[in-house]
Amino acid sequence: MFDLTGKNALITGASGGIGGEIARALHAAGATVALSGTRVEPLQALADELGERAHVLPCNLSDPEAVEALPKQAAEAMGSVDILVNNAGITRDNLFMRMSDEEWQSVIDVNLTSTFKLCKGVLRGMMKARWGRIINISSVVGATGNPGQGNYAASKAGMIGMSKSLAYEVASRGITVNAVAPGFITTAMTDKLTEDQKAGILQQVPAGRMGEPAEIAAAVLYLASPEAGYVTGTTLHVNGGMAML
Amino acid sequence: MSDVADRVKKIVVEHLGVEEGKVTENASFIDDLGADSLDTVELVMAFEEEFGIEIPDDAAETIQTFGDAVKFITEAS
Repeated sequence: MFDLTGKNALITGASGGIGGEIARALHAAGATVALSGTRVEPLQALADELGERAHVLPCNLSDPEAVEALPKQAAEAMGSVDILVNNAGITRDNLFMRMSDEEWQSVIDVNLTSTFKLCKGVLRGMMKARWGRIINISSVVGATGNPGQGNYAASKAGMIGMSKSLAYEVASRGITVNAVAPGFITTAMTDKLTEDQKAGILQQVPAGRMGEPAEIAAAVLYLASPEAGYVTGTTLHVNGGMAML
Repeated sequence: MSDVADRVKKIVVEHLGVEEGKVTENASFIDDLGADSLDTVELVMAFEEEFGIEIPDDAAETIQTFGDAVKFITEAS
């Protein structure tokens, strides 16, 4: 089950905790992976760890030209892009009343607009191949909201509406478009929280613990697989029961 | 019929699965040949590859009929 031999996957944000684990999972299932991110060092370290079938494609998603170029670079490196995982994301938290236009725009640009452009960039090849998998990594806060994260929550909710619209358009061509919405996952992003903050969060999580990056990667692996061909336009929530949607 | 028209017709017949006789000068891809909007996008992609040209989005929107396609490609290539 879940054999991705011969498939080529582009993963953004592969230098992060969740992105790296997604790359490992797809690679372990047989896929060739293109690892994208802003920091070259961790990308190269991951590529070295994976060995064959791994390419490093540094890209700053706040640079529109670099975003345009990335799908082509990935297709040149691997021959095609059959699976796209839009995992990269940034936060610029602030209270709504204090949020600057720049804080708003930078999060929308990186999280939502780059996802739009990367989807658009890989569609031509997927349409021709009559096969494709797009998996957009959203967030539980896109559905529930979160104080201090008006920009981030808007970008993550936007990804879901966009995924559904695109899913309608390309379903007849064998391309599925889905979202995965992680809850609180142990990553560098959540390591910054204090013990008190973590304890407060865990009170809202029925599972009583934070999730692991590998648990997000497993959801992505499923949606990327041939077995998930009839699943499109959905959002798979992986949040320990924190929000039952 | 010109070489361009023959090649365009072949693509249209193959992609839309229509009879060659229906692909006439004024045949509209959507109204007469059963294409949906995504089919027209794919046709433009196929034309671009066959003829090695680039058809910008605003020009692609003006290509509604077989005749439109032949005219545009003849002028562009």
